[in-house]
Amino acid sequence: MAEEMRIVLRNYGKIDPLKIDDYLAQGGYKSLEKARAMNTADLIAEVKKSNLRGRGGAGFNCGMKWSFAAGAQADQKYVICNADEGEPGTYKDRLIMENDPHTLIEGMAICAYAIGATQGYIYLRGEYPFLVSTLNTAINQAKEKGLVKDFDIEVRSGAGAYVCGEETALIESIEGKRGEPRFKPPYPPSEGLWSKPTIVNNVETFANIPVIIEKGADWYASIGNPAYPGTKVFTLTGDINNRTFFEVPTNTTIREIVFQFGGGIPGDKKFKAVQIGGTSGAFIPDALLDTPVAFDSMSAIGATLGSGATFVIDESRDIVDVATRIAGFFEHESCGKCAPCREGTARTAELMEKINEGRGSNKDVTLLEKLGTVMSYSCLCGLGQAAPAPVLTTIKHFKADYEAKFV
Amino acid sequence: MVNLTIDGIKVSVPDGSTILQAASEVGIKIPTLCFHPDQSIKANCRVCVCEVEGNRLLQAACAMPVFEGMVVKTRTPKVLDARKTILELILSNHPQDCLNCIRNGNCELQDLAQEYCIRENPFEYKVRGFAKDFSTPSLFRDQDKCILCRRCIEACSVIQSVNALGMEGRGYNSMVVPTLGKALIDSPCVMCGQCIHACPVGAIGEREQIDEFLAAVANPDKVVITQIAPAVRVAIAEEIGMMTGEMPMGTFVQGLRQIGFDYVLHTNFTADLTILEEGNELLKRLKEGGTLPMFTSCSPGWINFCETFYPDLLDNLSTCKSPQQMFGALAKTYWAEKMGIDPSKIYSVSIMPCVAKKFEAARPEMNDSGYQDVDLVLTTREIGRLFRMSGLDFSKLPASDFDSWMGKYTGAAVIFGASGGVMEAALRTVYEVVTGKTLEDVNFVATRGITGIKEATVDLDGTVVKVAIANGLANARKLMEQVRAGESPYHFIEIMACPGGCIGGGGQPITKANVKRVERIEAIYVEDEGLPLRKSHDNPEVKTLYEEFLHEPLGHKSHELLHTHYHAKNKKFL
Repeated sequence: MAEEMRIVLRNYGKIDPLKIDDYLAQGGYKSLEKARAMNTADLIAEVKKSNLRGRGGAGFNCGMKWSFAAGAQADQKYVICNADEGEPGTYKDRLIMENDPHTLIEGMAICAYAIGATQGYIYLRGEYPFLVSTLNTAINQAKEKGLVKDFDIEVRSGAGAYVCGEETALIESIEGKRGEPRFKPPYPPSEGLWSKPTIVNNVETFANIPVIIEKGADWYASIGNPAYPGTKVFTLTGDINNRTFFEVPTNTTIREIVFQFGGGIPGDKKFKAVQIGGTSGAFIPDALLDTPVAFDSMSAIGATLGSGATFVIDESRDIVDVATRIAGFFEHESCGKCAPCREGTARTAELMEKINEGRGSNKDVTLLEKLGTVMSYSCLCGLGQAAPAPVLTTIKHFKADYEAKFV
Repeated sequence: MVNLTIDGIKVSVPDGSTILQAASEVGIKIPTLCFHPDQSIKANCRVCVCEVEGNRLLQAACAMPVFEGMVVKTRTPKVLDARKTILELILSNHPQDCLNCIRNGNCELQDLAQEYCIRENPFEYKVRGFAKDFSTPSLFRDQDKCILCRRCIEACSVIQSVNALGMEGRGYNSMVVPTLGKALIDSPCVMCGQCIHACPVGAIGEREQIDEFLAAVANPDKVVITQIAPAVRVAIAEEIGMMTGEMPMGTFVQGLRQIGFDYVLHTNFTADLTILEEGNELLKRLKEGGTLPMFTSCSPGWINFCETFYPDLLDNLSTCKSPQQMFGALAKTYWAEKMGIDPSKIYSVSIMPCVAKKFEAARPEMNDSGYQDVDLVLTTREIGRLFRMSGLDFSKLPASDFDSWMGKYTGAAVIFGASGGVMEAALRTVYEVVTGKTLEDVNFVATRGITGIKEATVDLDGTVVKVAIANGLANARKLMEQVRAGESPYHFIEIMACPGGCIGGGGQPITKANVKRVERIEAIYVEDEGLPLRKSHDNPEVKTLYEEFLHEPLGHKSHELLHTHYHAKNKKFL
């Protein structure tokens, strides 16, 4: 039986987030002190060895990313925390920032020391205005205590665009431009904010750092799935009994998330599908529920771990209707920069509406599959590449539901 | 150097090259739409995607740098499928009226639709249905045809520093719009037309006035005359399938007679005249402590720019009208009198490399002859269309000569067509006027070429004159900021709105790359070298004009007909 394990949420409910002394009493900022006593190469090696991989969705080795920025020659470097958290159904970053803001600041400060940055930004989701003062209070407290004196952090609020969760669009937004992704390479660790080496990490990633430094890379690497060690926070929504959050080791299976932690489906209804990772996640049928949630095992079944948002639907739901609404979401959120996403998300939504309203045919489904496949490897950024996943996976696993809609 | 394999062919290219550059080295063409050789990489159209071994995602060839051992495949089924689908998506909301389009036959999207055999589009055809913008007399915008490559935005903002165009809306509702969504005329647009060259399709074009020309020719009461700007001849050849500069002047004149002009005259005549007026104006300012540096005033895009962005520097502008407008004012006075033609019957058409000239001719102050001085401006492209319409074979056409009294010109006038030419022409005359000596070598090579900002110092028998030349308005802006700050070391500044000068004007044959502009510049200097007279003050017809009509540079008649004044545009958003 899988058990919850709290690393990033270790202080949840135990401290007053507005009191730095509470955080200090839990051993807070000891890791920063320890990190600063190490040389930066050893520090980065330690993070790399822990095999901590980015919790924002891309799953890149965190220490490796830091090493690129550390090795880049520049007069200024930046650390950015991606707190845009725009995936519907996701609120893990909010939990961390709301309940333990200092763990984020400490993680960012360790990163700043490791790569040689003096300026940081927290790019905060536009819908989280209530967190601005919490974060600023924490930043000021850390400053006043002299804990982060050579590192400044500024909180920047987004304006609600989903695409600004994409790291280069986020950077453009901080620069005051339209929130649109850049082509890569160059990647932010070599050319990011204001063209300077920049580390962009998710809130949950940074929150892991102080614990890794405290307890060591070997300890962390031994938790959960070896290829994607540590824990992951899941936020459960939809047709599920426990609509709440859990932090579990990464070898936990989807079935355990849904039926053990989530408590299964309400009423006497049967499970239909679960979408993991946010709105761009794949819909997963019952037959694949024994897959561990770790990054690579999810990839192997054509799914993603993404943000850990877990959206469950029961047998009474119209999955084609759900996918149609999701297609509408992406049409709305496409930034419009690249042709296949701008036109493709609109055409996907149009075709899905046609089918959902009973005007479709097999030809439309075939076209959707082709369009979605092309988008998945031709679009400029992750938004366009991932946008077709809900449509493609519902066609793959629930074709009969589509056929039932045909005239 | 980096070694890689493209479609099984080994190639070695400099570090930092893109897949697109490497592929062209081995003769593999990768399709592009948003790519522009003189602009930044955009990677937004995605039609250049290729497979890179080891990568699930296709990579944009225009943006992806090569690396050692890279294996690229440019036409696998996956790649072709992606490109075709992307083209179908773009075409699904692009108006399918190629036959009526100003860019029919010269459109990057049309070419790709052909190359990729787009027949039946699986996506529903849905045109957005925007109203066209005809608010300026120079340009139109057809938003429906826009494929959002953003090349026009970069031309307007980076090359011209005008920033009249930007993005509005998001996703499927994204649009390229003039400032704050206004009509183009209410934006800072200076009507230079560089966006036309940047546009891969027919979303921006000149206000075509071929029908107005044909109506004038058909009217028996009208005497239709023309003037040809110096930059037109070198480029018109490109419109009819000849090499740049290869159209002989005599054949060109014959072609113009064939399409209906009663008299063929030359803007070069008034270019020479401009030198005498402007050269003397400069000397007067130098002698009498007038406002310096003096700026040239031939380029109407530049005048619009100065009136919009530097209204505080209008006194620095030479009061000389452009050669087009000097010609217009003289044609309906001096020339009409000399020819015994009723000026009210003259329909004066100028053939220009420029779309801003359409605006300039329509300025209300340009009626010093008592009539609208220039009735119609046709661009080089429009003349090309008229030539094609008339079915002329220029290889067989007999040569013809210009008509009298405003048709003779010197090499100094010819070089007005290239950046630095006005300056060089002025120096050839000013030197001789000031020193009284004969200039042995007329070539001031420091003023030549496509470099954005050029400078030179000339010693006029002890008087040292410092001059600067800028082409492209972002370069002009740098010089203007210096002047505004009171730090300009120059006495005389030549500005041409378009990169390379008039040869790169907004009305010239569609020019994607600066390489073409360089070719045209070379053709301009070849023409100058081949002429017997190369100094404006040696023009015999200009001498006659002064003897019989104007009497002296900057005299009473000159002021009445050849000089003008400028108006601050007072646009509120600035």
